[in-house]
Amino acid sequence: MTAKTVHIGCGAGFAGDRWDAAVPVVATLASRSGPRYLMYETLAERTLALAQQAKIENPAVGYSPYLERILRPVLKTVKSHGIRVVSNFGAANPLGGALKILEMAGEEGISDLKVAVVEGDDLTTVMTEADIRSHAPVEGIAMPEGRLVAANVYLGAQAIADALALGADIVVVGRCADPALALGPLLHEFGWSFDELDRIAAGTMAGHLLECGAQVTGGYFADPGYKDVPDFGHVGFPIAEIDADGTVVIGKAEDTGGLVSSRTVKEQLLYEMHDPSAYLTPDVTLDISGVRVEEIGPDRVRITGARGKSKPPTLKATISFEGGWLGEGEITYAGPNARRRAELAIEVLKTRVRDLGTNWPLRFDLIGTVATFDGDDGDLRRGRDWPDDGEYRVRMATHGGDKKMAQWIADEVLALYCSGPAGGAGVRHRIAPQVTTASILVDRSRVKASARLVEGTAS
Amino acid sequence: MSTSDRIIRVPLHEVAHGRTGDKGNRVNISVIPYQDEAWPLLLEQLTPERVKAWFAAKGAGTVVRYELANLPAMNFVIDDVLQGGVNGALNLDGHGKSLAFHLLSIPVDVPERLALHPEKAQRR
Repeated sequence: MTAKTVHIGCGAGFAGDRWDAAVPVVATLASRSGPRYLMYETLAERTLALAQQAKIENPAVGYSPYLERILRPVLKTVKSHGIRVVSNFGAANPLGGALKILEMAGEEGISDLKVAVVEGDDLTTVMTEADIRSHAPVEGIAMPEGRLVAANVYLGAQAIADALALGADIVVVGRCADPALALGPLLHEFGWSFDELDRIAAGTMAGHLLECGAQVTGGYFADPGYKDVPDFGHVGFPIAEIDADGTVVIGKAEDTGGLVSSRTVKEQLLYEMHDPSAYLTPDVTLDISGVRVEEIGPDRVRITGARGKSKPPTLKATISFEGGWLGEGEITYAGPNARRRAELAIEVLKTRVRDLGTNWPLRFDLIGTVATFDGDDGDLRRGRDWPDDGEYRVRMATHGGDKKMAQWIADEVLALYCSGPAGGAGVRHRIAPQVTTASILVDRSRVKASARLVEGTAS
Repeated sequence: MSTSDRIIRVPLHEVAHGRTGDKGNRVNISVIPYQDEAWPLLLEQLTPERVKAWFAAKGAGTVVRYELANLPAMNFVIDDVLQGGVNGALNLDGHGKSLAFHLLSIPVDVPERLALHPEKAQRR
């Protein structure tokens, strides 16, 4: 008997990822044999809070607003080739997402699609708000003020494996640890025990490398003349091959651009990692400090040596609050003396906002000098001389609780057209509601994850 | 001494690559040398104290450096540099995604052969 290799492709690395990224991944998986999976990661910290708010307005939604856009192009192919899909696109409403998928299946003429949901991540169903607020936030953020919008714990891989054991073609999850989207299928295929710490660690590492999609195949990497990526406009998304012993090979979809190299893999390995010997997940404490990264062929990199330590006693949860309003505005000054006209615009804005009688914080950027790297006080910009002539864009940002005041402040940028310095151009201004998030640690005994198959409404 | 042994001062970008990740009000920035030979030089020159000073305008708090000699790569974890985190920041780059390139602009002294574009040498 030949040893089994599990193939896991990734079709999205964040909520706003390319709608068609999964198409070449699925075409490649369809040409292979053995157990094959497609994962989509679509849920950033704030995304779930927005989904929760959408669900309050309409109980049928609250799953990823991109679900249909990313799944429909591959739905028929994954079903016909036995490629199983695992995703957190259930967001705040996995059941609603599952029903939407069954509806899509009906429209596509697929009659026997089995869809499962994983539930149990929504802490508001098992804890009071006071209980949630009694947990001290981690990662350097104070407990936010404002109305609690969502509280979701990062579930581990077991419930995903349970859903696959029920025969699901598609597993719809809300909040789970991103690497669990890959570890769940591996638990199901290999029957790994959670005591096999190094294997759980290897599966978690595979998921970590896959979870950001193109970030391991040339995305967030390309740097012309330093790190060139071929046919970058068609960057292919990754496919990992994992063996029962925990060996991971990262490759990518066929007939695509992009690049898999030891460099792309090393950058993604350390992405969002703090202590590399103790990356905390619900399933294992991952130690990548002894990992080996080897290029074994074109666009193929093997990663071995992940070690596992016992999983943390608590589970991390993201809690989200209404966070007031961001007001922003930008205006461009170009040509002779542009910098001095732009700086005059900043002075005018300061005067006008002061006259509104607010003490809201203001940040000014002078784009074209140094802006992104600078602090809110503009120390780096003031530490150097900048040419008078050229092209500069003034940006003002503010934040506070009152929507109307946010609009009034942002409108001051618009008013610069007629009442500001000469030649002001290209104003963009807006206000946007903010969600504040923090992380807390909750006891495992408070969380019950479960999987079940969902029956469609009348077919 | 051959030309390639001559020590020149270049932005770290000539010698290493890296990327930023963020969680809460904390970023991590990886630094990965293009050539393993640069590793000991980077260990010596990229101290946590120096990195903290480099991010002073951003209000950097604690800086911790983790070393992965196996890859080789180092990982800097920098606190408070997002000035409010992804949710409270007024900065255009609330995630800090660009900040790896701020670190990659820090000057380092290396043998000329380790710089991808030695013509970018700065005055020492």
